[in-house]
Amino acid sequence: MLRVDALSKTYATGDKALDSVSFTVEAGQVVGLIGPSGAGKSTLIRCVNRLVEPTSGSVHLNNQAITGLSRKQLGEMRRRIGMIFQEYALVERLTVMENVLSGRLGYVSFWRSFLRKFPAEDVQQAYALLDRVGLIQHANKRADALSGGQRQRVGIARALEQNPELLLVDEPTASLDPKTSRSIMRLIVGICQERNLPAIINIHDVVLARQFTQRLIGLQDGKVVFDGLPSELDDSVLTRIYGEEDWTAIEGDRAEDAESAEDESVA
Amino acid sequence: MSSSPGNSSAGYASADAVTNTDYPTQWRRPPTLVKDTKLRYALIIGAIVYLILAIGTVEVNWARVVEGLDRGWRFIKGFLQPDFTTRWSDIKTGMIESLTMALTSTVAGVLISIPIGIGAARNLVPPFVYRICRAIIAVSRSLQEIIIAILFVAMFGFGPFAGFLTLSFATIGFLSKLLAEDIEVVDKSQLEAIKATGASWWQLVNYAVQPQVTPRLIGLSLYRLDINFRESAVIGIVGAGGIGATLNTAIDRYEFDSAGAILLLIIFIVMLAEYSSGYARKWVQ
Repeated sequence: MLRVDALSKTYATGDKALDSVSFTVEAGQVVGLIGPSGAGKSTLIRCVNRLVEPTSGSVHLNNQAITGLSRKQLGEMRRRIGMIFQEYALVERLTVMENVLSGRLGYVSFWRSFLRKFPAEDVQQAYALLDRVGLIQHANKRADALSGGQRQRVGIARALEQNPELLLVDEPTASLDPKTSRSIMRLIVGICQERNLPAIINIHDVVLARQFTQRLIGLQDGKVVFDGLPSELDDSVLTRIYGEEDWTAIEGDRAEDAESAEDESVA
Repeated sequence: MSSSPGNSSAGYASADAVTNTDYPTQWRRPPTLVKDTKLRYALIIGAIVYLILAIGTVEVNWARVVEGLDRGWRFIKGFLQPDFTTRWSDIKTGMIESLTMALTSTVAGVLISIPIGIGAARNLVPPFVYRICRAIIAVSRSLQEIIIAILFVAMFGFGPFAGFLTLSFATIGFLSKLLAEDIEVVDKSQLEAIKATGASWWQLVNYAVQPQVTPRLIGLSLYRLDINFRESAVIGIVGAGGIGATLNTAIDRYEFDSAGAILLLIIFIVMLAEYSSGYARKWVQ
């Protein structure tokens, strides 16, 4: 379980990115974080594993405080939190296998990782995950030889190789086509259900967010302006989050989404 | 034109009222450096006047130039009729010495440059380490090879050892600086991703930085190898051994045909290095 209390972040430039954000995420719950560009979605997700240092407030993972940890303790905490990135953030010149195994860096000594001599169970798990995301035959290819969708699958495998207790997902589909986007989202959500993992997914595609998440948090100018079920996301809520626009196209999808969501749960 | 409901006035000008003739037909790029027109022209004219006056102060002894043309011609004739045979054993010894010097100093220089280059990358180290490493680079870069060579020759005597030390020292300034600049522009998202796995600093360097900068490091090292070879010819003139010493002797004796042979060999080896480093860089990409 993740608990975020009164989290605020003011950048050195004086920009207030987050303003007293509070929420909790239960195990197995997939939360979509939506909001306009610059609303603080990226900052919020990075404040959880302190890639960005929050100014005030606290973050707890399974009742252990993340804020206030020393450098060394922070490394031990970060290895428990898997992160999936926009544009994949794979190390392009390393092989797919090395990218997946890099998920174990927090657990092995420098020399082991330097010589690429990872423990047998780590290697075995890496193969199993590559098989799970459908890329086992690409293990020895360089990451930059893969397509966008395949790279994001490697990114997912790397995050899971950490055996995380929480997934942070930052715009996982930002540069993927609609079909690949959906299969990536389905994979992430499916894995969270299999492992009972809580996840925060930062996403700007509202239709996709509503189709795949169980709960949505709307962020506007660093503040939470909506926290509820995807089905509650109507015209007035969208306007509250993003501002005045014509939402009929998205509105029209709502009924279909509800149906396809049922199909998902059956399948 | 029908507009969809909700954004009927969302910033579009009404189309029928405005025609193209209402817009200006001329456009000039706004001045970027000096906004004030008078000041801009004053600066340009001032620069031209200064340039003319400055050229006027350069003294040229035309009689000496005429005399020198003849010597220059003999030098060029030496190139046209290079003599590889007369001094071949000296040339061979000098070449081997220079190549050894260039290779060993490049290896030593690169090995020392890597930690200093990492330390001089702002995005990897705390500010005080950054400042120390930048200071080392500044010292190495500010002292020209010849000055260092004279110092080392005075300290360790004539010969290639002084040359080796000089070139190693010069390599540090060159390579650390370029490596550091390269590390500072690596893809931040890859750093972030490795950091997010809980990796230590050394693991971060090994997994996120090294794969990104290795091809360029290899390219730069090969480039430095051929610079070091060329420099070995120059510092040989002040007594640091190698082909430079042989070249110096040949010129002192007015043996321009042997000097020409040496210069041709240097050109040949540098060209060889140029082409092979192109291949090597393609191979490590």
